[in-house]
Amino acid sequence: MSWITSRRRHPAAGYAILFLGLLLVGALYASITGGGAGAAAAPPATVDSAQISQGHTIFLQDCATCHGTGAQGQPGVAPGLIGVGAAAVDFQVSTGRMPAAELGSENPRKPPVLNTAETHAVAAYIASLGGGPSIPGAAQVSESGANVGLGQQLFVADCAQCHNFVGAGGALTYGKFAPALTQATPTQIYEAMLTGPEAMPVFNDATLTPDQKRDVVAYVTGVRSEANPGGFSLGRIGPTTEGLVAFLGLLLFMVLVAIWITAKHGKTKTHE
Amino acid sequence: MSETNGPAEPERQRGDDLMADLAASGSEADEGQARHRVIGTPAPAQARTLLADQSDEPVAVRELPADPEDLPGAKRAERAVAASFTIAMLAGLGFIACYVIFRVHTVNNVLHSNLALGLTMAVAFLALGTGAVIWVRRLMPNVELTEQRHELRSTPENKAAFAKTFEEGAEASQFVKRPILRRTLIAATVPVAIAPVVLLRDLGPLPEKSLDHTVWKRGTRLVVYGTNRPLTPAEFNTPGSSLSIIPEGYADNDDALAKAATTLIKFGPDEIKAPTVMNWTVDNIVAYSKICPHLGCPAALYEQTTHHILCPCHQSTFDAARGAQVIFGPASRPLPQLPLMLNAQGFLVAQSDYHEPVGPSFWERS
Repeated sequence: MSWITSRRRHPAAGYAILFLGLLLVGALYASITGGGAGAAAAPPATVDSAQISQGHTIFLQDCATCHGTGAQGQPGVAPGLIGVGAAAVDFQVSTGRMPAAELGSENPRKPPVLNTAETHAVAAYIASLGGGPSIPGAAQVSESGANVGLGQQLFVADCAQCHNFVGAGGALTYGKFAPALTQATPTQIYEAMLTGPEAMPVFNDATLTPDQKRDVVAYVTGVRSEANPGGFSLGRIGPTTEGLVAFLGLLLFMVLVAIWITAKHGKTKTHE
Repeated sequence: MSETNGPAEPERQRGDDLMADLAASGSEADEGQARHRVIGTPAPAQARTLLADQSDEPVAVRELPADPEDLPGAKRAERAVAASFTIAMLAGLGFIACYVIFRVHTVNNVLHSNLALGLTMAVAFLALGTGAVIWVRRLMPNVELTEQRHELRSTPENKAAFAKTFEEGAEASQFVKRPILRRTLIAATVPVAIAPVVLLRDLGPLPEKSLDHTVWKRGTRLVVYGTNRPLTPAEFNTPGSSLSIIPEGYADNDDALAKAATTLIKFGPDEIKAPTVMNWTVDNIVAYSKICPHLGCPAALYEQTTHHILCPCHQSTFDAARGAQVIFGPASRPLPQLPLMLNAQGFLVAQSDYHEPVGPSFWERS
């Protein structure tokens, strides 16, 4: 305490407090906005008639209000689900986007309502109505052996325009947005490419092969643990924040230099 | 000092003579004009100074009434102003309270929040303004005051003192005494001053015809950007698909890709509308330039639900289902459409180059 007491009236004390305060705010912000770890998805359960009937029951409870009792959809409210496939259902339900809370321009990610078994049951029911892509297995989304370099090339060519080059997300038209990919599991990223949820374009297996999808998944999940060369991620949205921080930082530096220059009293002599 | 000042002396004398000559000729011209003055125009001013001479009379003491004339009325006005300010204060606090109370996570709540915030803010500003107006009109004195401007010209003493200080400073700084310092300083600053002029060279040369064409030509295969694989309509067959594609053989040629980058979009049946050129599509597959005609950003944020292509730089929005017409933003023309066809092996190829220059306007764009 005496150390602080003796120095608290020092001319530099105010600057030190300001610096510590800025550091604290920055650290808090970084800890709040830090990316979450992606959990590995469970492998899809085997399809059987009991699972389909369980899925039908859950569908009638949680989905049929908007999508119709036969999953035929309602014009202007919800799309028909016949033929969308198990992968689309698993993506929408496991990311919490479905069941939707309200009719908006876009459904945001939220904690899922159904557990994995229930989700797979509904997916099996929808798949039984008519084909569509199925839920990828663990091997299809495994990062081991994936070509991350090619994944980055493909991501930059076809995904980064909306999702940002490290998957930080971005705005689209009329209230829609490309979500950040920081919480998406490898399975969910794979399913999104395969099914094209909401405004996102579809990348079928002929244009982007399963191996190439795995490369993209490996890039998206791998880039999360990339070091930030400057020490702070600054939201990872590119030159805007970096420029702002550089501008404000240099401004502060120049102010301090100006103070230092004018504060040098030692050599000046007063002439009458 | 004396060495450098010596040659300057005759110069100054010559200058003084010149000024005297000019003054003499000027006065003659004035007399001539006065004699031939056009009827109806004002006579030339007699005084040669712009401002009236400063009189020695003291300026009248500013006197403002201590109290308004109508004291009971002023008391009422005071209450009205205080009431207005109180209302403004309450509305301001209400604004903060509304901001805290109303949650805005749904559309309806945003409407309520906006209404409450707008109303409280309007009341706060209105009451503040009303109070200020009543204060000024009813309480403040209505007296016109005149304040004389002081003369703008400096006094001869000030001018002489400045000249003396300047000369002393010039001498003390050694600027006059040490010509090598003076000359190297001038030599140091001249190139820095000329540098921006040299940079103007970057305004040219003009692009001439180099921006009119891209490397696309009849038969060039479309390949996927990143894997360089050619595409068939059977592979690119899911409606809602979108891909970045480039001309085959130019994957490592950034100069070519800067103009030739293209977005390929697959539509569902009957989704493509005029003015899209149907003869340039294959199996509901359309190709548009990826270069925004506004300022050249990659416009490739395709939404498969609305068929909007958004440019991230300035939010220009194009309707991909209707010939990429501009539906929002600063872009002045649609994205150019690349004519597509199939080659003998069934791969997607270009029919020709783009029929108009891609990208932003330039000097010689036809």
